[in-house]
Amino acid sequence: MTTTIISGKARGIHIRPAVNLDLSGLVALDAEVTGLAKRTYWKETFARYGARRRLPRFLLVAEHRGRIEGFIIGEVRAWEFGEPPCGWIFAVQVRPKTRLKGIGTQLFETLCDAFRHAGVGKIRTMMARDNQLVLSFFRSQGMMAGPFIELEAALD
Amino acid sequence: MKLQKASSFALYAVLELAGDPTSQLSGTEIADKYGISAHHLAKVLRDLGRAGIVEAARGVGGGYRLAVNAKRLTLFDVIQIFEPIGPQNAAEEDPELSTDAGCALRMVLDELDDHALATFRSITISTMLKLMARRPWAGSSRFAKAPRRAASHR
Repeated sequence: MTTTIISGKARGIHIRPAVNLDLSGLVALDAEVTGLAKRTYWKETFARYGARRRLPRFLLVAEHRGRIEGFIIGEVRAWEFGEPPCGWIFAVQVRPKTRLKGIGTQLFETLCDAFRHAGVGKIRTMMARDNQLVLSFFRSQGMMAGPFIELEAALD
Repeated sequence: MKLQKASSFALYAVLELAGDPTSQLSGTEIADKYGISAHHLAKVLRDLGRAGIVEAARGVGGGYRLAVNAKRLTLFDVIQIFEPIGPQNAAEEDPELSTDAGCALRMVLDELDDHALATFRSITISTMLKLMARRPWAGSSRFAKAPRRAASHR
């Protein structure tokens, strides 16, 4: 049996680190996807991931004809849960109308390259298990269940 | 965790057909490759056909082909045709499951079922094909082929 690897790169998409001028575009994109405009949250995210270039933190955007079509956020964290440094992916989002064109894959692969360049050999993420869309995306990138189990409890 | 035979056979068939969307395969060809019952697989393929997942091509050289997009078809879509997946409301059938011990046990089992459900729903046939191409299990003793049983004289 021959197997088909389905992948592809969106044409004309430029993946690059976010700059301050992208703030409005990111707030608008996030509001379009989630229905909430979170300007304060994004200002804080920029302060943490967009400006401090010396730390292994990444906020990458996918730009097409001057418009932000998607983003991905990640950072290298060391010795959490006793584990050596690894790349954590916190968020990925692509404008609904431009999905299924490989933009998410390009963002993911570019972030993986950045993590490799930072010296880590493993990536992790965590999400709600009913978030089928994003879960399927990460699965399609080859991610599998890791060695941890997330637990929680309500505080009385 | 183990799937029922019909679910596994259905997934083998779907993966074979999705692996080469341009060709058609007969049930016998698929059964031969996996060493499974052609008779059982024929029934499974009929169920997959009724569900709109595969379609039969008539005539000489006919066989089956995938009728849906492998990027949209999940493991859940296939398995749920043949067996229930996810938390089941078993308390009506088994009254002891309504006791405190039964409820606590169901809570734990539901947790496992929820994870299984999320896994099956998030993995598409296309993702499975990528996994098969990558072969991350290569070299792992856990996935080593079971030795064939020698005939016993005892």
